[in-house]
Amino acid sequence: MSTVSIERAVPAPARHPQVPFPRLMAVELRKLWDTRAGMWLLGIIAAATAATMIIGLVVMDRGDRTLDNLLGLAAVPQNILLPVLGIMAVTAEWSQRTGLVTFTLEPRRGRVIAAKLVVNVLVSVAALAVSIGLGGLLYAAVGTGGWTLGPGEANDLLVGQLLGILQGVAFGLLFLSTAVAVVAFFALPTVWSVALQIGGDRVASITRWLDLNTTSGPLFGHTMGAAEWAHLAVANTVWVLLPLLLGIWRVMRAEVKSS
Amino acid sequence: MCPMITVTELTKTYGDHTAVDHVSFTVPPGSVTGFLGPNGAGKSTTMRMIVGLTPATSGTSAVLGAAYPELGNPGLSVGVLLDASAQHVGRSGREVLTLGATLMGLPAARVDRMLDLVGLSGAEGRRRVGDYSLGMRQRLGIAHALLGDPSVLILDEPANGLDPAGIRWMRDLLRDFADRGGAVLLSSHLLAEVQAVADRLVVIGRGRIVASGTKDEMLAGRGVFVRTSDDAAMAAAAARAGWDAARVADGGLTVGADLDAVGDAAFGAGLSVRELRRADGAGLEELFLTLTADTARERVTEEAAA
Repeated sequence: MSTVSIERAVPAPARHPQVPFPRLMAVELRKLWDTRAGMWLLGIIAAATAATMIIGLVVMDRGDRTLDNLLGLAAVPQNILLPVLGIMAVTAEWSQRTGLVTFTLEPRRGRVIAAKLVVNVLVSVAALAVSIGLGGLLYAAVGTGGWTLGPGEANDLLVGQLLGILQGVAFGLLFLSTAVAVVAFFALPTVWSVALQIGGDRVASITRWLDLNTTSGPLFGHTMGAAEWAHLAVANTVWVLLPLLLGIWRVMRAEVKSS
Repeated sequence: MCPMITVTELTKTYGDHTAVDHVSFTVPPGSVTGFLGPNGAGKSTTMRMIVGLTPATSGTSAVLGAAYPELGNPGLSVGVLLDASAQHVGRSGREVLTLGATLMGLPAARVDRMLDLVGLSGAEGRRRVGDYSLGMRQRLGIAHALLGDPSVLILDEPANGLDPAGIRWMRDLLRDFADRGGAVLLSSHLLAEVQAVADRLVVIGRGRIVASGTKDEMLAGRGVFVRTSDDAAMAAAAARAGWDAARVADGGLTVGADLDAVGDAAFGAGLSVRELRRADGAGLEELFLTLTADTARERVTEEAAA
């Protein structure tokens, strides 16, 4: 315990410029991996991405070993796990109560939310880039089916990736609890799908427009047309945009407490 | 001098429950202001409203002349510690400070300075906060509050969990901070601690300010404690002089007069004085219990039991 040495405690009200946005982003990025949970999650995402592609190469027929198929496989663990990263980026502020510090250091909460959104989007785009790089290497080594990844396919993958991470962050903001948000993220769309399936043909139009599984199917099958894009847009307005707006509204108004 | 924290008619209601009821006070530069009150009196809610974590129902607060959210990069002006345990358990202590320093735009060396200042070793800094004792968390929280070299400190129960050496250290640190012109708003249950370090007091009960002022003003008139060879004779002497006097269970009495007068009275009555001092040892505790008697939980419980 050293002696007290505080250099300066000025009574003069010095005004400082607000925290630059890139610095908020740098901090939010760091918070994604600087905890044990975050590090494990990122490690598992990386390992699962590589593992699914390698397993795919082993089990697929020669003709199916295309780059696009490899990336389709890599997207499976990423679409499941990256949104959890997005959820935790938000909910940790409440479940770990770090919001008490975060929102006193940057009381303009909208800036913190914006930084979290941007950083999670960047990470998920980076994860896709890593998949493409790794998939390319694997394909170059042992692929046989052909380089079928055109700009259209890449675009589909990117859209799928972005919608997933945004939905994760949105659910985090809406529920402010890791457990509730994770369960809601996985269970709600599935329960909804099952309910629609039970409804069968009578609810076919609802399924076509509002079931995430149905609307995002063509995205991974690369069969998107104008109608499919419209379906995708409507479904994600309900499942991503609406929760996001409600969640932002909730966080802007919420009381940040320690207990 | 213009106050560094100004709280004006601050009010917070939850449904029909009023947690904070038209609270007003100021914290001038160069002072440590102790914020006292029973559990649930509204201390933490008031502090959260000052830093913008809890929206006020009505009323305003200002730090350094501005509403807290209007302060740019507030960590450089105001050090805040509201709950030392509110840190991610999976993050190292050093990492917590690194995040703060990065956000405030401070050099990395500042992190080591602060760890050193609060007495956390390099190895302790690398441990996860989840493995910290409450005392270590408080030290980390103080380090975090001081990171940006602020001129105002807002600390909720910072002495909780500190060992006696830690409490002494904290007292010196806060005193030094105030002596350099800083303003400290400090809530604590440890009345002896507040009495030792604070020079101003704000006492709150059931959401309302029940007393505020300088410590000396508030403790003055609490009288003196005197123990003599014959307490009964001393009580009689006090009564003759027209002073309020009360016998203390363990011997001696408290008298509502100043030291010299009580000493003279004892001498005049031919009594041998064994102990004569300001009744400040128990002064703040007594003051606290008196001021908050109407609002204390114990009273409510007794009424409920009756």
